Amino acid sequence: MIYLQLFWSFLQIGLFSIGGGYAAMPLIQAQVVQHHAWLDMSEFTDLIIIAEMTPGPIAVNSATFVGIRIAGIPGALIATFGCILPSLFVVSLLAFIYYRYKKLSVLQSVLASLRPAVVALIASAGLSILMQVALDGQAMAVENLNFIGLALFAAAFVLLRKFKWNPILVMCLCGVGNLLIGLIL
Amino acid sequence: MTGKADRQTLVKLFFSVLYISAFTFGGGFVIITFMKRKFVDSLHWIDDQEMLDLAALAQSSPGAIAVNAAILVGWRVGGFLGMIVAVIGTILPPLVILSVISFFYAAFATNSYVALVLKGMQSGVAAVILDVVCNLGAGVIKTKSPVHLLVMVAAFCATFFFNVNVIYIILAAGVLGIILALLQHKKGEAA
Repeated sequence: MIYLQLFWSFLQIGLFSIGGGYAAMPLIQAQVVQHHAWLDMSEFTDLIIIAEMTPGPIAVNSATFVGIRIAGIPGALIATFGCILPSLFVVSLLAFIYYRYKKLSVLQSVLASLRPAVVALIASAGLSILMQVALDGQAMAVENLNFIGLALFAAAFVLLRKFKWNPILVMCLCGVGNLLIGLIL
Repeated sequence: MTGKADRQTLVKLFFSVLYISAFTFGGGFVIITFMKRKFVDSLHWIDDQEMLDLAALAQSSPGAIAVNAAILVGWRVGGFLGMIVAVIGTILPPLVILSVISFFYAAFATNSYVALVLKGMQSGVAAVILDVVCNLGAGVIKTKSPVHLLVMVAAFCATFFFNVNVIYIILAAGVLGIILALLQHKKGEAA
């Protein structure tokens, strides 16, 4: 039963994440955190960190991580299979149409409309991670705010946007920074 | 268009995608660049223009771009068997690496030092994602299309404030895209 749920969840993630990169993230969050509560928000954020620092697509990384935690190695295999299955069908179909008609304009028009929506969904997922940093699941109140976390976020954001630092380096610096602050305080 | 490949080609295909997948950080667009370098420039299995079209297809299809690209390149090089070989080669490295990490994660996440590092990195990853969002959002704003801007704002409000199911939002945007494409097509015919 759990295998079926894993398969079905990751099938939906594979089917509806269009646009690559971070497009799968809001879907993974919806399925894994909100719908099934397989991970809490903090574990989900750790998963994104791990996915960011290892090779491979976020969806496949997440399928393996969630699958193993919920149902061991078979769970990982089934979840991964679920998330690539839609691709096998849809990509084959589109490739067939492409070789037949050599025309991609309708497809690209659909993609152009999807892109703003996907950007908005990624923005929302990113903000929910920031809220996790700021409040750690507590109620919205000034005394609950994690100021160290927010300061690290602000510093990281400036390093990325203004100085174009490498994202993995910035993430590692945040981790080391928080450890040092934690040890001193 | 799709060749039946011999065993040697399949083996070469497998190890090429395995290598690319294991050492490519930074998502689908990066992996397509590496695939082009390998399959177009070094092995000459696919020509330049076709690779560009395959890249467009991989990006427009649902699912991970790396997996989609592997499906297309595999199919092109070795038919159905090539597709299976390329997909397995692509997902094997993340599958193995994440399996190992998952076991470590369960053991380490409770350690207070590791927890501090991870907590700090959460700030970092929030910054990384919102930086990417700024780049992507600027791209959408640059199109100066009022429809697309409206879609972006509406989708954000729907998901962030009203908790609308992500899948419905994607479906709605996709349907809108089809309608716009049809309208444009009609306009083109009328002109």
